[in-house]
Amino acid sequence: MNVIVNGDDKILDAGTTVADLIHLLALEGKRIAVELNMEIVPRSEHTTTILRQGDNLEVVHAIGGG
Amino acid sequence: MTNSTAATGTGNPLIIDGKTYQSRLLVGTGKYKDLDETREAIAASDAEIVTVAVRRTNIGQNPDEPNLLDVISPDKYTILPNTAGCYTAKDAVRTCRLARELLGGHDLVKLEVLGDQKTLYPDITETLVAAEELIKDGFKVMVYTTDDPIIAKRLEDMGCVAVMPLGAPIGSGLGIRNPYNIRMILENATVPILVDAGVGTASDATIAMELGCDGVLMNTAIAAAQNPVMMARAMKGAVECGRDAYLAGRMPRKLYASASSPIDGTFFK
Repeated sequence: MNVIVNGDDKILDAGTTVADLIHLLALEGKRIAVELNMEIVPRSEHTTTILRQGDNLEVVHAIGGG
Repeated sequence: MTNSTAATGTGNPLIIDGKTYQSRLLVGTGKYKDLDETREAIAASDAEIVTVAVRRTNIGQNPDEPNLLDVISPDKYTILPNTAGCYTAKDAVRTCRLARELLGGHDLVKLEVLGDQKTLYPDITETLVAAEELIKDGFKVMVYTTDDPIIAKRLEDMGCVAVMPLGAPIGSGLGIRNPYNIRMILENATVPILVDAGVGTASDATIAMELGCDGVLMNTAIAAAQNPVMMARAMKGAVECGRDAYLAGRMPRKLYASASSPIDGTFFK
């Protein structure tokens, strides 16, 4: 299935969870936050949130800013 | 005998949303050469509240790259995520929700909704919409705004925990361009008022504090200095000096001279 992660197309297996995606992106243990179709996915729900065709994800972190 | 702790400003802390801070200097983390310089400058500033931006993670690039929050630890600093780069209330609210998730439920945010890229002036109508929604959603909002006293009061009345008028445009270094407006805002305020944006050098920060501001938030003035770490230290001193001068109460301005040495006892005619 196709999803969009940070504006880029990505092909994932059916049944992939948010936690699986974070693992695939090598972002496990990093200080990040995930938004799925404009809604926050709390960390506690990463393993239970299954992605679907056409989902739009944003994965963000903190950077320098004023 | 005067109280020596009051003289250094420590007897009169800054309180934002019930939390006490000894430092009245708030600093940003943008525009530094690297994370080492960021860490050193922030340490030299003695700031306790430090702003960060929220951006997309660079996927597939340098997975072992150190993260800003590893250098500026939330255990040591109060992290103040900003909504810099947002031009709509909707984007600002999304950014704050992501920041809260990122920081494990931390709900203090710096709201800024910008009007255009050239001036980076706040879009007040969008700022008001975003502030209302964020406050309803449980956020503690420190809001960047113009130096308009009516809007500052409205933001306070809505429930913002601090109001932060600009001294001059973001990153301009032009100093406090309208001290009379800042004074009007201060006279009406019951929440902390911090000058956010416009400071260029130490004397600008002192002027803001001498006006009676509760604090100063700056980034470029430190990061874009030739020696950011030294400027950070200068800013720490400048904010403390300005606060002390405000508390001490300056002498009135007079048009003509007033001799400092007594006339009585002179031995010449």
